[in-house]
Amino acid sequence: MNRILTATLLIAALAVSACTNPDRFGADGMNNGAANGAGLNGGIVPGSVNDPASTAYFQQAIGDRVLFLIDQSTLTPEGQATLDGQAAWLNTNTDYQAVIEGHADEQGTREYNLALGARRANAAREYLLSRGIAASRLRVVSYGKERPIEICSNEACYAKNRRAVTVLAGGLTS
Amino acid sequence: MIVRILSICLALIGGVASVAQAQDGPLRIEITEGVIEPLPFAVPSFQPESGDAGQMAVDLARVVSEDLVGSGLFREVPASAYISTVSDFNAPIQYADWKAINAQALITGAVSVSGNTLNVKFRLYDVFSGAELGSGLQFAGTVDGWRRMAHKVADAVYSRITGEGGYFDSRVVYVSETGPKDDRAKRLAVMDYDGANVRYLTDSSSIVLAPRFSPSGDRILYTSYESGFPRIYVLDIGSVQRRVLESAEGTMSFAPRFSPSGNTVVYSLTQGGNTDIFTMDIGTGQSTRLTNTPAIETAPSYSPDGSRIVFESDRSGSQQLYVMPASGGEATRISFGEGRYGTPVWSPRGDLVAFTKQNKGRFHIGVMRLDGSEERLLTASFLDEGPTWAPNGRVIMFARETQGAGGASSLYSVDISGRNLKPVRTQEGGSDPSWSPLQK
Repeated sequence: MNRILTATLLIAALAVSACTNPDRFGADGMNNGAANGAGLNGGIVPGSVNDPASTAYFQQAIGDRVLFLIDQSTLTPEGQATLDGQAAWLNTNTDYQAVIEGHADEQGTREYNLALGARRANAAREYLLSRGIAASRLRVVSYGKERPIEICSNEACYAKNRRAVTVLAGGLTS
Repeated sequence: MIVRILSICLALIGGVASVAQAQDGPLRIEITEGVIEPLPFAVPSFQPESGDAGQMAVDLARVVSEDLVGSGLFREVPASAYISTVSDFNAPIQYADWKAINAQALITGAVSVSGNTLNVKFRLYDVFSGAELGSGLQFAGTVDGWRRMAHKVADAVYSRITGEGGYFDSRVVYVSETGPKDDRAKRLAVMDYDGANVRYLTDSSSIVLAPRFSPSGDRILYTSYESGFPRIYVLDIGSVQRRVLESAEGTMSFAPRFSPSGNTVVYSLTQGGNTDIFTMDIGTGQSTRLTNTPAIETAPSYSPDGSRIVFESDRSGSQQLYVMPASGGEATRISFGEGRYGTPVWSPRGDLVAFTKQNKGRFHIGVMRLDGSEERLLTASFLDEGPTWAPNGRVIMFARETQGAGGASSLYSVDISGRNLKPVRTQEGGSDPSWSPLQK
């Protein structure tokens, strides 16, 4: 009985993580449902932020994104530290693949920002490759200025929109 | 004080008008001279020559007037000022009656409906010369396409008086936008140049960007995230059938534009974070690299003769405009002003390039000659971008996005003189306009 329940929760959590784009719905969504919990028998609920093998853990505890300076695609020291954490996690959780999404703030023309977002995503990818992640596990895409997460028109928002987000996929290779 | 300013203004208008009236030659607007006072015209309701053409006769004259007034070069003398009416398309014109109300041009028309066929005739008169300007013309079309008949009349009038090609019988493909900034839905739409007859070409399930008309106006190129990654599609407007232009796994392709022949696409391809310019033969799918630098090179646009390409590159350290041969090779930088320059578009006349400029936190639409001289900024706002040329190279349409959390994008047009800035009517928000050639 207990095993069946655990398996159900695991599947539910994976379904959530597979379908959720954190940029669209906010990472908070991961805390609903099966997340956040010391649950069964005082253990860790699989898929919750306390489960080190979960997407939620990757997003929140490791950090799924790195930020960039205006019109730059060079990784900051903070960004490199985050990517070191991502690399360690990906080296442990080898079932996962990832798409790295590059984004720009709204200050810029559409095509240029697409290319700039690609530079940012690629900078993150190159760094992860240098930390031993297989190239076949990491794809990149740029959304340019098409998918802002913050919508005000000042630097407070722009700083959060200039980002490369590592979006996990897979994790259930049987 | 107020009285004095008013009298100065009146004197100015009077002066310009009298200069125009003193002209001996034929009715003429020299656009390059900088038109300050629009030319007054009268367009009485057309004559219905079949029983069921009454409403059409009124609507045609109205759209002709809207086109001409909308160009900023003409002013309509209202019907309430008319001394005489036109009750017969073939009757002699009472020039004195139109001269008395200062209608320098008079447009008359007649319309008949037969089944789904519409016949429209018109004549243009130079009132102060007391003569017809050009000869009468007749257009046939469908009843559904009646607005096109009006646009054709307006194009002929515009063309005869300015000596330039018209632009009213044209369409615009653009990205229709709904929803907030952080969850915006985009779909392709095509409409008449004045916002009428909107038709949606895609749904909003994937991001779509920057549609571009083919030189014959029957197809469009655009970028879609349908596959999860930006890819270029070619879409037939009539059938709405589309197909992807294949590019290698792990790449992104975007910013497509047709060559003047319509057989080749020039576009940007991103591989390993680096964006260069390529061409692809639409028929064979074979691609050719044109640039090869670590810089961002994008937004390519052909010269009207197909021999050269203007594009943007940040190879100097910031976004600037360059011109290179259509086969690639050495590029010459043409933008040297303050700030950054992007999205260059070669004018259909070949004489100018329109661009987006960013400087000191503001965006501008501007034009410059191909050697970079005579730069002229036409607009300024929080965010203007993506110019496209009217078929006659005299008007530019672009997108303007407003600032802040409630920011939204909409279409505007402006003369290349910088005058007549005005919104283009769309039902929803709009961005990335592309103006078609004049319809055949």
